[in-house]
Amino acid sequence: MKVNKKSSLPPQPPEWTLKFENNKPILILNGDWLAKNNNIPQLPVDIFKNCSTDISVHINTDRLGSWDSGFVVFLWDVKNLATINGISIDKDNLPVAAQQLVGLLNDKKPEPTLPPKYQFRPLYDLGEWTINSLNSLGVTFQLFIFALKGVFKFLMGRSYMRLNDLLRDIRAAGPSALIIISVVNFLMGSILAFVGAVQLRKFSADAYVANLVGIATVRELAAVMTAIVISGRTGGAYAARIATMQGNEEIDALKVFGIPVTEYLILPSMLSLVITMPIMYLYACLMSIFGGLIVSILMLKVSVIGFLYQTFGAVPFNQFIFGGTKTVAFAMFIGVSSCYIGMKSGRSAADVGVAATKAVVAGIVGVIALDAVFAVLADIIGI
Amino acid sequence: MNVTSPQNTLLSIENLTVGYGERIIQQDINFTVKKGSIFALMGGSGCGKSTLLKSMIGLLPPQNGDFLVKGENYWKANKNHRVEIARNFGVLFQSAALWSSMTVGENIALPLQLFTNLSASMIQRLVEMKLGLVGMSHAINLYPSELSGGMKKRCGLARALALDPEILFFDEPSAGLDPITSKRLDDLILNLRDGLGTTIIIVSHELPSLFTIADDGIFLDAETKRPIAHGSPRALRDNPPCALVNDFMHRQTVQNPK
Repeated sequence: MKVNKKSSLPPQPPEWTLKFENNKPILILNGDWLAKNNNIPQLPVDIFKNCSTDISVHINTDRLGSWDSGFVVFLWDVKNLATINGISIDKDNLPVAAQQLVGLLNDKKPEPTLPPKYQFRPLYDLGEWTINSLNSLGVTFQLFIFALKGVFKFLMGRSYMRLNDLLRDIRAAGPSALIIISVVNFLMGSILAFVGAVQLRKFSADAYVANLVGIATVRELAAVMTAIVISGRTGGAYAARIATMQGNEEIDALKVFGIPVTEYLILPSMLSLVITMPIMYLYACLMSIFGGLIVSILMLKVSVIGFLYQTFGAVPFNQFIFGGTKTVAFAMFIGVSSCYIGMKSGRSAADVGVAATKAVVAGIVGVIALDAVFAVLADIIGI
Repeated sequence: MNVTSPQNTLLSIENLTVGYGERIIQQDINFTVKKGSIFALMGGSGCGKSTLLKSMIGLLPPQNGDFLVKGENYWKANKNHRVEIARNFGVLFQSAALWSSMTVGENIALPLQLFTNLSASMIQRLVEMKLGLVGMSHAINLYPSELSGGMKKRCGLARALALDPEILFFDEPSAGLDPITSKRLDDLILNLRDGLGTTIIIVSHELPSLFTIADDGIFLDAETKRPIAHGSPRALRDNPPCALVNDFMHRQTVQNPK
């Protein structure tokens, strides 16, 4: 809404006056009513207190200058107060455009819908949180079972999962993540070797640096670090992808066609992680031991053969089995939880970001919690 | 096509070619838009109406040709000047494109906060008024995800009006709206044009709406990738220059598009 009447005079401030001539109220509007000048007056609530409901208020715009949205805002206030006081307004003197725009506005400003007020109800909130958490846990477990059923159907050749989707997800979760896995695990092995060398040297036990790097890497760090990286990189991406599909009604379309969402979406995501993560784990072990080797050569002047002999002597094969089993569990957890979070997200762009963040946080916390469970189990079975 | 005096011409498209990469969507586009007119971009699905609109609102550089706004060459201006020219534009996107992390009120207030120095109370009053114009005052505190498609569109229009633009671009404004809301939107478009002289460019398939509001237009053909007719939708309906335009305007099955 641009300035409607142009004048060569300098801008005049907007002014209003309510006059009575022969008991007839006249609202005189003078000057330039431009929102950009930031000087549109506010109408007093009791402006029409002396006006009779029998006689309409006449508006005089003889000395009205330029106007834009600001004038319409003021006129809406006039219209509102007049309606509240049961007074009619004679708008014939207003510019036609202003009449049309004011005509579109309601007589009375409708009450806006207020956002729900927060109430402090700790017991209620705790109960609601508990029920929601149990519900989420149940649904996640249900999704996991459906996904396992999907694996069975896939093996029988009766799955809805497309091989192309599985290959695409494998590529995204595996080869595309190699660089970050390499960097993180190489540095982790180097740091372990460096710290180990400095500390063990004090006890003349620096020959055991290879043992330290080997056991820590194979048993714990390679599996956990790989899972954390994959959770942040791939889990977040899966959640965001499914949340976007939710927003575009793509998941609704799958449901309408009767295509099981678990098989079509969750199964390739989970399977891709289950297939790639054990391989990534072995690769991570290799990179980490390589990092330890480089630092050991530089700091302790050990030979390559000596370091490797010491390492593999210290790490029995069952430690690899243990680490590999953990990565499979981590992969299933990351796959199912990130897909579940994506499916439960809202339908807006902001919800996609929230889903990705939630998936990463849940993935990292869940992986560490699962690792703790595995530590206890390993202790019980004596690995 | 209406002949307009240069003084009265607000927008001018000269030998414009639009497309993506090396793929040409439409070429040899020539037309002018009079100040205060409602100009329709017509044509079948996939003919390039929205692509042309994208080029006019600064989202897609043309492959060739000129787009003049009040005589200034938009795409040949430097970036800052382009932003200044585009400050006169208001756009209602097909999906309304409201920012989902903000309430409807915040959506409309944001351009006012960024590009004016109005006080917070004046911004609030303007936001209420713009929402009042489109009949959505009650939604000021709601988030876009809480609105229906039609409601979103009306709020999107209120946002397009936020900075009092001289030129409004509408991409399928009536799509997905019920007939009453659609009619109300048509009335609002006419009010904006008649009352305030706003120039409106509209992409639409809604023939009843186009016949009611548009007073000039261009018909794009997907086959030849060129405009094949100029004129108001009513004139093209009454005197179609070719079979395709005739079939489109009368909602008939295309017998022989060529």
